[in-house]
Amino acid sequence: MGDGHAGHAADTLHDGHANFAGGATVDHHANGFDPHALLRDFDWGRTRRLASGRVVREWELYAVDKEIEVAPGIAFAAWTYNGRIPGPTLRCREGELLRIRFVNGSEHPHTIHFHGIHPAAMDGVPGLGAGQIEPGQETVYEFDALPAGLHLYHCHVRPLAEHIAKGLYGAFIVDPADEREEADELVLVMNGFDTNFDRANELYAVNTIPFAYMNEPIHVRRDDLVRVYLVNMLEYDLVNSFHLHGNLFHYFPTGTSRTASEFTDTVMLCQGQRGILEWRFAHPGRFMFHAHQSEFTELGWQGFFEVSA
Amino acid sequence: MSTTTRTARGKGAPTWLLGAGPLLLIVAALAAFAALGGPGLGERRGPPAEELVIERAVLKPGTIALTVRNDGPDPITIAQAQVNDAFAQFSGPDGPIGHLRSATVTVRQPWIEGEAYEVVLMTSTGGTIAHAIDVAVETPDEDTSFFALMALLGVYVGVIPIALGMLWLPWVRRVPPAAMRGIMALTVGLLAFLAVDATLEGFELAGEGSQAFGGAALVPLGAIAAYLLLAGVSSWLQQRRERAREAGAAGGTIALLVAIGIGLHNLGEGVAIGAAYTAGALALGAFLVVGFALHNTTEGLAVVAPIADARPALRRLLLLGLIAGAPAILGAWIGAAAFNASLAAFLFGFGAGAIAQVVVQLAPALRDEHGRILHPVAVTGLLAGMAVMFATGLLVTI
Repeated sequence: MGDGHAGHAADTLHDGHANFAGGATVDHHANGFDPHALLRDFDWGRTRRLASGRVVREWELYAVDKEIEVAPGIAFAAWTYNGRIPGPTLRCREGELLRIRFVNGSEHPHTIHFHGIHPAAMDGVPGLGAGQIEPGQETVYEFDALPAGLHLYHCHVRPLAEHIAKGLYGAFIVDPADEREEADELVLVMNGFDTNFDRANELYAVNTIPFAYMNEPIHVRRDDLVRVYLVNMLEYDLVNSFHLHGNLFHYFPTGTSRTASEFTDTVMLCQGQRGILEWRFAHPGRFMFHAHQSEFTELGWQGFFEVSA
Repeated sequence: MSTTTRTARGKGAPTWLLGAGPLLLIVAALAAFAALGGPGLGERRGPPAEELVIERAVLKPGTIALTVRNDGPDPITIAQAQVNDAFAQFSGPDGPIGHLRSATVTVRQPWIEGEAYEVVLMTSTGGTIAHAIDVAVETPDEDTSFFALMALLGVYVGVIPIALGMLWLPWVRRVPPAAMRGIMALTVGLLAFLAVDATLEGFELAGEGSQAFGGAALVPLGAIAAYLLLAGVSSWLQQRRERAREAGAAGGTIALLVAIGIGLHNLGEGVAIGAAYTAGALALGAFLVVGFALHNTTEGLAVVAPIADARPALRRLLLLGLIAGAPAILGAWIGAAAFNASLAAFLFGFGAGAIAQVVVQLAPALRDEHGRILHPVAVTGLLAGMAVMFATGLLVTI
């Protein structure tokens, strides 16, 4: 898979790699979201300033049941936030006041449970605060953006595994007050789909669509700082992992410390674990990244970085 | 409703109309019902019910081809294929597979001989149909030499052993009547074992095959059909040659019926052998052939026992032997080239039914001077027959 092969037909790209029949991918347009767009799509919401000078940041999230083509020709009856999986990547700055209006447009009760520091009533679990939000109902979650780091949000209604596995989750980034270094930032939410309801995944991916970044690599530039916000939301499997080819990265678990815990090329995460990865590509060309559980890799969780000089 | 009115009506209409009338009404009602799209019923509730049966797997270097049949009511679209938990390239039907239709899905996989594979077909609804290949081995090409090999196999396991068994004829002729009854009982015991064995094997195959085509019901259906057919043939033969000398049927007729019954059984056995060979589940060793020879030689005895008193021509004996043994060749061809679990299940049931009919025909020959059938000699013979089949059957477990 060297540079010299760039001129070959798309199919040769996949020689030797597992892929969908014919190298096909899904209809991103019909799905309403494209994994390539999700990568760099940060939702900063709307802000206004209180008299005190404090910034209030507001978003509106709605739950909606939606059929998604999770693999070419395979429809999955998903539950989503804002019609996409993962839900919007909510991004804010440390110390801001956050208000998330949640409208449940699904046929099932849902909540949004945020990871981070907040009052119990804002925890988004049944029986506390607004509790379970019934279909057609809504609520507002309000808390301070704390602490700085990479977090996540997901539905917390019983049966939990089902509410998560059907797609109700997303990344939640709190930027530190003193900003991070300028970088090419990417969001990768590791997930999978149990299409036949046997409580095991048939498909694995980052950002929902298996092999999406094999069919069309993620384009980055050599020597640029690449920062990946990596979140594991995979249900049913105990662990997931991220492995990068041809490079090593600095790993910041949960993004809460500015000191890297490790300089490595492979990290392992359980569900809900997340971390920030930073590195600069030393060479141009195509470099794979994938789960280092080969089964997940060949069932969809693999992709390419295309590094240009 | 008085009797007079009914009589009056009966006189008015011709008999054929009274018979055909309800039939025509049913046809008209069904046509109207279908034309109106089943008024009042609406759509079926719930998501599509997907049932896909894998009928055959053909392994060639680099590919695994599955013949699938849609056993369910709704069309099924195969969207993706996995082999051993990895997506694989495949070619297959472009559109949906309709109810009871079959299709071939060819999956690209660099499989390795002797290893196990699980092929999973994913449907458009996300459903999965898994097929296990316990031991991967290349499916032989169906060329002339392959059919010749299958024919040879059929000769080895069907024709030769039965011919050998028939060599007991001179001995059978000399034994006294009481011992003869014991031999007939032994024969019935052998046949009873075969009937039970064939039935069980039929049910096992039926479980693997398409359920929409009858599933397990195919076995008793086959058995009843064979029983009735043979009973019909038997009464026809007896009518034709009015020379029944005993209480039962003539020896010649019974020998023919036994030959047919055993032949039908060997047809099923041939199917099982051919299919097992193609699937690589059968080692064509000397052990197998020796085992079958011992096992099926006893069948030859069953053919000649009823004609101990007669002096049939050699040609007739050969014919009987071929009727009993040659179907194994045909079975091996069917099993190797066009194996279908449902068909095989039906054939096994057919064989079992034929044997049951033969047992009923033979039973009167067991009677002693007092007219008893289950006398000590007969019981001993029956048990011995079953024991012999069980013991020799251990040699040829497929």
